[in-house]
Amino acid sequence: MNEPLKPNSFRSGPDEDGLFGIFGGRFVAETLMPLILELQEAWEWAKGDAGFRAELEHLNAHYTGRPSPLYFAERLTEELGGAKIYFKRDELNHTGSHKINNCLGQILLARKMGKTRIIAETGAGQHGVASATLAARFGLPCVIYMGATDVERQAPNVFRMRLLGAEVKPVSAGHGTLKDAMNEALRDWVTNVDSTYYMIGTAAGPHPYPELVREFQSVIGREAREQIMAAEGKLPDMLVAAVGGGSNAIGLFHPFLDDPDVAMVGVEAGGKGLEGEEHCASLTAGRPGVLHGNRTYLLQDDDGQIKEGHSISAGLDYPGIGPEHSWLKESGRVEYVPILDREAVDAFQLLTRTEGIIPALEPAHALAEVVKRAPTMGRDKIIVMNLCGRGDKDVQSVANYLGMEV
Amino acid sequence: MTARMDTRFADLKAEGRPALVTYFMGGDPDYETALAIMKALPGAGADVIELGMPFSDPMADGPAIQKAGRRALDGGQTLEKTLLMAKAFRENDDETPIVLMGYYNPIHSFGVERFLDAALDAGIDGLIVVDLPPEMDVELCNPAVEKGINFIRLATPTTDDKRLPAVLANTSGFVYYVSMTGITGSAIVDTDKVEAAVKRIKGHTDLPICVGFGVKTAEHARIIGRAADGVVVGTAIVNQIAGSLDADGRASADTVESVATMVRGLASGIAAARLAQAG
Repeated sequence: MNEPLKPNSFRSGPDEDGLFGIFGGRFVAETLMPLILELQEAWEWAKGDAGFRAELEHLNAHYTGRPSPLYFAERLTEELGGAKIYFKRDELNHTGSHKINNCLGQILLARKMGKTRIIAETGAGQHGVASATLAARFGLPCVIYMGATDVERQAPNVFRMRLLGAEVKPVSAGHGTLKDAMNEALRDWVTNVDSTYYMIGTAAGPHPYPELVREFQSVIGREAREQIMAAEGKLPDMLVAAVGGGSNAIGLFHPFLDDPDVAMVGVEAGGKGLEGEEHCASLTAGRPGVLHGNRTYLLQDDDGQIKEGHSISAGLDYPGIGPEHSWLKESGRVEYVPILDREAVDAFQLLTRTEGIIPALEPAHALAEVVKRAPTMGRDKIIVMNLCGRGDKDVQSVANYLGMEV
Repeated sequence: MTARMDTRFADLKAEGRPALVTYFMGGDPDYETALAIMKALPGAGADVIELGMPFSDPMADGPAIQKAGRRALDGGQTLEKTLLMAKAFRENDDETPIVLMGYYNPIHSFGVERFLDAALDAGIDGLIVVDLPPEMDVELCNPAVEKGINFIRLATPTTDDKRLPAVLANTSGFVYYVSMTGITGSAIVDTDKVEAAVKRIKGHTDLPICVGFGVKTAEHARIIGRAADGVVVGTAIVNQIAGSLDADGRASADTVESVATMVRGLASGIAAARLAQAG
């Protein structure tokens, strides 16, 4: 016989062209291409540079407050009566979500590249707040593009960004949500390519963004791995995380991808149901296409026009998904399921009352899936869920949904 | 390659003037009006037609072309209809080169092979696809060139001498020089810099160089046309269409003629480009 094939790894992507299987790539205008290549050089340098890593680790520890705890949700576990439920509590990070993990890494890259101005897109405002926070910390001017609809439904975050000194530009094109904000950020970037660093908020966009965002977010999974081994002496049976663009999910999943006994579930926004148009379940209900620099699953019509999604959660309201998730879906390594607005709001209330934690609506989607799965699993099984953001920003949305006055 | 493009640029060279390349959006504001505009363009002085393929998320376009795409899509335009429109135009004009311009996803969705066959059948001479840099040539550029359709590349101020050979490698028909780092419809450029850039690119290729982004008036066309082999006007034409619509956004009796009048003005600027230089 010939030599056996090398063991297949789910952790080796992307290849040198930025591809995960057929997904990913560099679908950008020529004006941006030299900059994308320059970013790639800076990223290759950063990966190998001990000083870069040390500075990132220092800021992660002393500015963000890492490691975030891995918390055993005892009351919720009792309530659901099945698998033990642990939360990776990235909602306790400075700025209130996992987004800062990525922004810290990227702003160090921007500084290395000599860029003097930061732009970012934001949906729920969590990435916008994290970007504005670090722009303030590093003394750089910052412009945040945010869909006009989101500006309205995430008013507290808009105010926070402005307090932090960022300029928030509402985008009214399209339906005024995350996709439109990303288009506008790309238009700014192409115009101000010399001075500006585009801080993409999720593990999507042209190569090398999906890879570098994943690496900066993988601190979540690396910590969770050590913490669960310390707490339980074994790996978890299942990981669950919400996917909008997919950065918190890939951050949790990636360090476990080559552990075949760890099942993984990504939870998409099912909105008002997949039978209609009002959802954002690109992996469950979309098909592969090209948008915002990468090939990935997209919600699109028969003519290849991108659809507007819907979710109660502004952070999941994006008709695409990071390309690595598309590949993990097609390879069968990760299962992706939709959760409805209603189910997410129920889970939001459940967690608030059983554990005294108000989650963001994004992880409330992941929690709704945990609520379905945990009771079907034995009490000796372990689920780790990424509690990637806190819910202060969503109190108004939930009140509106429930018909309550704040 | 289809012969129309090379023939057209050779004829213009003999004539001693640059090409007027006109962009408009397929299906804006509706199929019939857009087809009538397309048919009127050559008579008004357009030498090459860029036919926009509308896309929901035009990342490299300014507000004018964004809105034109939205009008077209709201009017029911699809990639299939844009190809039909070109085919209908070809029934009466087998000489004016047609270049399809847009973004990759509608083509990706249509299917690359099927698209190229339909494009050849419709008499398309070239493609400009904004979000396909040379790094992605395997997607559409290589298959298009194999079928004999020109793949026209954008070169930009950020395309330096080191990168230029990669950008020019599989380019044919002409090179589209983007006069600025920015989106379509931005303010007029520093014309001296544009002239220098055109000369720089000419050092790397014998292909005609057409300059676009920011060319709005006959005077701009005249100045840019001194150095370039062609001048691309898009946003100004799209704005002319938008300005001619009635209160409900529908075409008026004046729409086609107002575009033709404007293009005639641009053509006079083009005709004056080399005269001015001689004088």
